[in-house]
Amino acid sequence: MHRRGVGAGAIAKKKLAEAKYKERGTVLAEDQIIQMSKQLETFKTHLEEFASKHKQEIRKNSQFRVQFQEMCATIGVDPLASGKGFWSEMLGVGDFYYELGVQIIEVCLALKHRNGGLITLDELHQRVLKGRGKFAQDVSQDDLVRAIKKLKAMGNGFGMIPVGGSYLVQSVPAELNMDHTVVLQLAEVKHIMRSEVRWEPEHLLKEGLAWLDTQAYGDPQYWLPALFSELSARDITPDEASQMVP
Amino acid sequence: MDRFVWSNGLLEMNETLVIQQRGVRLYDGEEKAKLDAGVVLLSTHRLIWRDIKNHECCIAVPLSQIVFFEEQAAGIGKSAKIVVHLHPALPNKDPGPYQHSKFSYIKLSFKEHGQIEFYRRLTEEMTQRRWENTPASQPIPTATGSQTGRTRAVGIVGIERKLEEKRKETDKNISEVRDLGQGAKEMVELSRSIANKIKEKQGDITEDETIRFKSYLLSMGIANPVTRETHGSGTHYHMQLAKQLADMLLAPLQERGGMMALTEVYCLMNRARGMELLSPEDLVNACKMFESLKLPLRLRVFDSGVMVVQLQSHNEEEMIASALDNVSEKGSLTSEEFAKLLGLSVLLAKERLLLAEKMGHLCRDDSVEGLRFYPNLF
Repeated sequence: MHRRGVGAGAIAKKKLAEAKYKERGTVLAEDQIIQMSKQLETFKTHLEEFASKHKQEIRKNSQFRVQFQEMCATIGVDPLASGKGFWSEMLGVGDFYYELGVQIIEVCLALKHRNGGLITLDELHQRVLKGRGKFAQDVSQDDLVRAIKKLKAMGNGFGMIPVGGSYLVQSVPAELNMDHTVVLQLAEVKHIMRSEVRWEPEHLLKEGLAWLDTQAYGDPQYWLPALFSELSARDITPDEASQMVP
Repeated sequence: MDRFVWSNGLLEMNETLVIQQRGVRLYDGEEKAKLDAGVVLLSTHRLIWRDIKNHECCIAVPLSQIVFFEEQAAGIGKSAKIVVHLHPALPNKDPGPYQHSKFSYIKLSFKEHGQIEFYRRLTEEMTQRRWENTPASQPIPTATGSQTGRTRAVGIVGIERKLEEKRKETDKNISEVRDLGQGAKEMVELSRSIANKIKEKQGDITEDETIRFKSYLLSMGIANPVTRETHGSGTHYHMQLAKQLADMLLAPLQERGGMMALTEVYCLMNRARGMELLSPEDLVNACKMFESLKLPLRLRVFDSGVMVVQLQSHNEEEMIASALDNVSEKGSLTSEEFAKLLGLSVLLAKERLLLAEKMGHLCRDDSVEGLRFYPNLF
């Protein structure tokens, strides 16, 4: 505990400061910190009560998680900011999302050689579920989105591009400017890009996000592996992948 | 299960696929259906199920036949399920896998999970009822509401009561969440007031008090833009964490050429812990303290935005010189080749080559075949 100065001079100074603030009618910051510490204790008790009733529910019920997260966002707290936060320690929300973060990173890393670091939220969801195994808790796409938002703090280019009704998840720091995101959105509709669309495909080819098919009838066609729905049904080894790259 | 009809599984015009999920087994009421696990597909018009091994074994039921559905939580050794209650079968229904069933409901058992998302989408489709607006080209027989039988009416009352109970419980949960929020909200406001005072340097707030305040913010998950500018985001917790990281990462760093991407560190640390995991922000805040704590590690951000932890002893010049040696020896190298040579991740291999290029030792050949680096002879 901090000891305020005990000398006469310190006391006088303190009295002066107090008087000044009483004039303005404001409370001293030090007193507010003490007040906050008391409120914190009370809150901890409430949270413990809440946790004893709802901790299991939060892990099992994704709808409840959404409501909880929305409440936190409304009042301005981030329950996932730190593993040392009360939310994490008492409710266990932290571990749920941080572990999911690890699983997301691992899936993206494993598939990078194939899709260049771009994957649909659907495919990511399926693969994460598979990796978690039979006995783990189910996760929703909302859960994935929230976990990904947290991963952004680590600067590895995690981002989400809205496409159709869903998202593409980017896990490499490739620069995807506006044109490219429009391209990706178009590709979602057609799956194959026709060369009459005016854009520069070289960038996507270089980044490994697109493949060029020169053997197709008519115009050369561009494929975006991230959007292959047939391929997502089975796994390819890195060797197979390197054989496929043009 | 007698509501299902055989189907070729092809979508009709105006019918769109909404979601599909593998590893689903069907139940006729409480009994397992005489079918293996397969893929269940939800379209705007129907619920379709297909055997995974025998693609020709495919059945469907129109969404209009669904009265109500609910989730059944997983248990020990039991997968989570969605119970789907159905209208009676129409008399002129096409043939299906079951002629007759004593149950008026089926279950979808999610052996490979995915029930949360499936339930959500099914709810959406049953709310929107898109099949009513865009009838499929082949008329899918629609059960009309006029098919009221006495047995069904009794079943419905039970279902409605269940729904009501569920609604009440959900409301209670929501109100408890809100009450909790209320307490937190007061503290958020208080913390803002304190932060402002700190910013305007009113009063005599000691270093200790500031540290205490920051730890309160950390506990509550309140962002602290004001104190972050003047005092950084670190707290005692992050200091301890920084020291822990320094201990645990020395060996892995040395094995990986002195550098690891922050995401790699995140996975490594959290896998090792198993519980009480670190948040991404915890990791970043701890790494930012390496220098001030005189630990032998540094956090570094590359131009591309990639964040790495590197050994302080990491000698940049040596690294660039050896990169130049490697490239010269081989004539030229891509990031993938370089990565393989050194046993690094492709991401970090690329960063090294880019750095050597920045220093003028390498130059690039950027084509659609990839990015290749050559010694810079200019």
